Amino acid sequence: MMYTQFKTRAEAVSAEVVRYATKGEALAWLIDFLRREGVADAPGSHALWAECSFLDGVDRELVRQVDGLKLEVTRELAAEARFGISQMEFALADTGSLYQNSTAIHQRLVSSLPTIHIALVPTGGILPDMPSLLSIVKPSENPYIALITGPSRTADIERVLTIGVHGPERLVIVFVDELGGGTNGK
Amino acid sequence: MENEFKESIRKAVNNANLTGALGKFSEAYKVNRAKAYEGIDFEALRDRIAALKGYAASHLDQLSDQFTKKAEASGATVFRTNDPAKVREYILAVAQANNVKTVVKSKSMATEEIHLNPYLEKAGIEVGETDLGEWIIQLAGQTPSHMVMPAIHMTKEEVSDLFSKEVNERLSSDIPRLVKVAREQLRPTFLAADMGISGANIAVAETGSIVLMTNEGNARLVTSLPKIHIALIGIEKLIAEYADVATILKALPRSATAQLLTSYVSIITGPTPNSDGSMKDLHIILMDNRRTEMANDPKFKEALQCIRCASCLNVCPIFRLVGGHVFGKVYTGGIGTILTAWFDELKKSEDIQGLCIQCGACKDVCPGKIDIPDLIMEIRRRLVQGQGVPLLQKSIYAVVNNRKLFHGMLRAASIAGKPFTSGKFIRHLPLFLADLTDGRSLPAIAAEPFRDRFSKIRQPECGEKAAFYAGCLIDFAYPEMGEALVKILNNAGIQVLFPEDQTCCGAPARYNGAYEVAANNAVDNIKALLREEVTYVISACPTCTVALDHEFISTFESLGQTEWLPQARKLSGKTIDFSTLVTKLVDEGRLSLKEGRALGKITYHDSCHLKRTLKVSGQPRALLKKAGFEIEEMFECDTCCGMGGSYSMKLPEISAPILQRKLRNIMDTGAPVVAMDCPGCVMQIRGGLDQTGASVTVRHTVELLAEQLDL
Repeated sequence: MMYTQFKTRAEAVSAEVVRYATKGEALAWLIDFLRREGVADAPGSHALWAECSFLDGVDRELVRQVDGLKLEVTRELAAEARFGISQMEFALADTGSLYQNSTAIHQRLVSSLPTIHIALVPTGGILPDMPSLLSIVKPSENPYIALITGPSRTADIERVLTIGVHGPERLVIVFVDELGGGTNGK
Repeated sequence: MENEFKESIRKAVNNANLTGALGKFSEAYKVNRAKAYEGIDFEALRDRIAALKGYAASHLDQLSDQFTKKAEASGATVFRTNDPAKVREYILAVAQANNVKTVVKSKSMATEEIHLNPYLEKAGIEVGETDLGEWIIQLAGQTPSHMVMPAIHMTKEEVSDLFSKEVNERLSSDIPRLVKVAREQLRPTFLAADMGISGANIAVAETGSIVLMTNEGNARLVTSLPKIHIALIGIEKLIAEYADVATILKALPRSATAQLLTSYVSIITGPTPNSDGSMKDLHIILMDNRRTEMANDPKFKEALQCIRCASCLNVCPIFRLVGGHVFGKVYTGGIGTILTAWFDELKKSEDIQGLCIQCGACKDVCPGKIDIPDLIMEIRRRLVQGQGVPLLQKSIYAVVNNRKLFHGMLRAASIAGKPFTSGKFIRHLPLFLADLTDGRSLPAIAAEPFRDRFSKIRQPECGEKAAFYAGCLIDFAYPEMGEALVKILNNAGIQVLFPEDQTCCGAPARYNGAYEVAANNAVDNIKALLREEVTYVISACPTCTVALDHEFISTFESLGQTEWLPQARKLSGKTIDFSTLVTKLVDEGRLSLKEGRALGKITYHDSCHLKRTLKVSGQPRALLKKAGFEIEEMFECDTCCGMGGSYSMKLPEISAPILQRKLRNIMDTGAPVVAMDCPGCVMQIRGGLDQTGASVTVRHTVELLAEQLDL
């Protein structure tokens, strides 16, 4: 039920939401998505995948075989990447928001500089609202708390809502049931 | 009023782009805001915010200490100062020590407050605004016209001209394309910048954290890409507890832009690693700049409950006409008037405080529960206290202060005004009704005021008595409203007394800051109205009712006068507005209206004081329905008609378009009658409709109901 609420709220702010039971299915979808959207080993077409628990147990060599998909994140690569992939630990059902401990800079680079941000989220990490999140997530352990709700947007010219200013113009959220509950780790 | 100021108003109201954009936005905002707050108990939420921000305001020093300790423990450098000059020097010193050539900024009103950009630029540092709106106005060499939407006054064509120059290419005015250009232009600036400067929406004392909210994502880049981050924070952003971040986050985006949450929220606690492995050099500046002084002011402490959502601008009928630039260079709108008086100087607010028509729309939506109109009145009072009342006004108040003279002159006006009378309207009234503008006819002063007619009314002997407070307009312009009221109350078995010594309610003086005059009016009226034992003191003018019910007390309190306070409270306890009393009498079965009649369509205009101060809006509608009218609601039924007492005389260039908007909304309903509960609104709207030649009749509810009594 919280998933349904999340999906409604996230889609209302122009995020795209999919859900898979297993990591395997999610990975297959992800690779297919990247290819469909033109991932390539060329400037402007790269995909960068920031370190996360989803990758635990995944055959990284298989991932690297996708042309243009890289597991090493640098500022230079992020600046010209088309896709950024990262894992967000929690989701908030009532606003359609995602949470991540973004203390590590590469987590922020892949979710702020590329045109498309793909967020992997454990389905069990959906929380009802902000107060429940803040009761779990403490600043002392999370120097850079990041909340993302939909893609980057502006209405600064004539109040016309326009997507994609300084941040990603698309936010694709992939829920993975198998990732279990949200753990507030790296 | 300064000519320059008047000129800026004239320019603004005649700028079709500006009024068009603001008008459309304000209409959409109301609808979207309501939707964003669906399912949320707004009153409970703002009670919580007022409490937590109020607590912070009374513990600024303690919270600043705690914040400093926590933030420093997490590795940030904290600099505290009262002085804007020291803030500028500090930032420049950090920049120079690190050989900073370029700075990227995410939107910060605090940096606008201290005029940081020109200071850094003079020192040879390139400063780039990155919020799209701020960038646009930076390119245009302007200042923000709105706290949340700095470039709301500009059209896409103007933006495309600016951007075309910037990229040396002729761009179309396609908005998505323009936004893309901004992204492409600013990306290298972000990546090359040596320093990022931001403000903060919240600073948490418990944890030493700062909270930044943006939709564009620029604050994330400003705080992530450069190796140095300076956050400039006004200490009013402090809150005590981390858990309350959720409280502010619940209200701020909903009130600011009708969003459930901004696209990005960052909560930063101490430095984080840069991409080269070094640690961020994080400086947090806690700036006082008179905020502590404000907190120590019993009246203005409340203003520190502001969370900077700018909803007071978005619902203001004046702001949507004139925009932000009329207000000055930094803070604009209702709260901006107050902040300017403090963070700049009281004198600077002299003209702009006069823009407030006291309609109370902002007070209704303020998530910090700040009584903005009341604080603006307090500014007015202090200005008058410091400088005295302008001479012309002074002569008016000398008259208002002397009931016999005042009433004598009003009587004289009924004769003097005659040559100008055409039908029920004259073009010019003497005294404070003088010098009126086009677009509205004014009522003739009645040949026989209510006070003279009253003695001729034969009333039945009743066990219960009520004192009628007529107010100047009913007494001298619309005596028929008073007669209708007597008829209704008699019908319910209440005898009406008219205490002859009643005088002006003091509202005109009070709304112009002349509290001493208002206090004298209050004393005269208290004496007159409490002389005989009555159950009710009834008024059919909401402004007068508010005066009797609330303002006599607050005027005495503001002046520190205690002598008449108990009597003022006693009067307040008896005071009741017309529709509320009649509703009560109908509910008690003491009064019946003719049932089963079909009187046709009617539309109802909510008067500001009735709806927002006295919280009465359902009662008159229910009574009119009961009488057989079919209510056809007009668009923006509770938006001010532009009267505002002497406002319409001081700022006719603003009052007139507000009235025109109201008239259009009335006429759009197609109803042949518009009802309202305020003789001031009747005067404004009837006069306006008279000029347009529309065949809509304007009636006070009291008149309509008196005709439908089941005798």
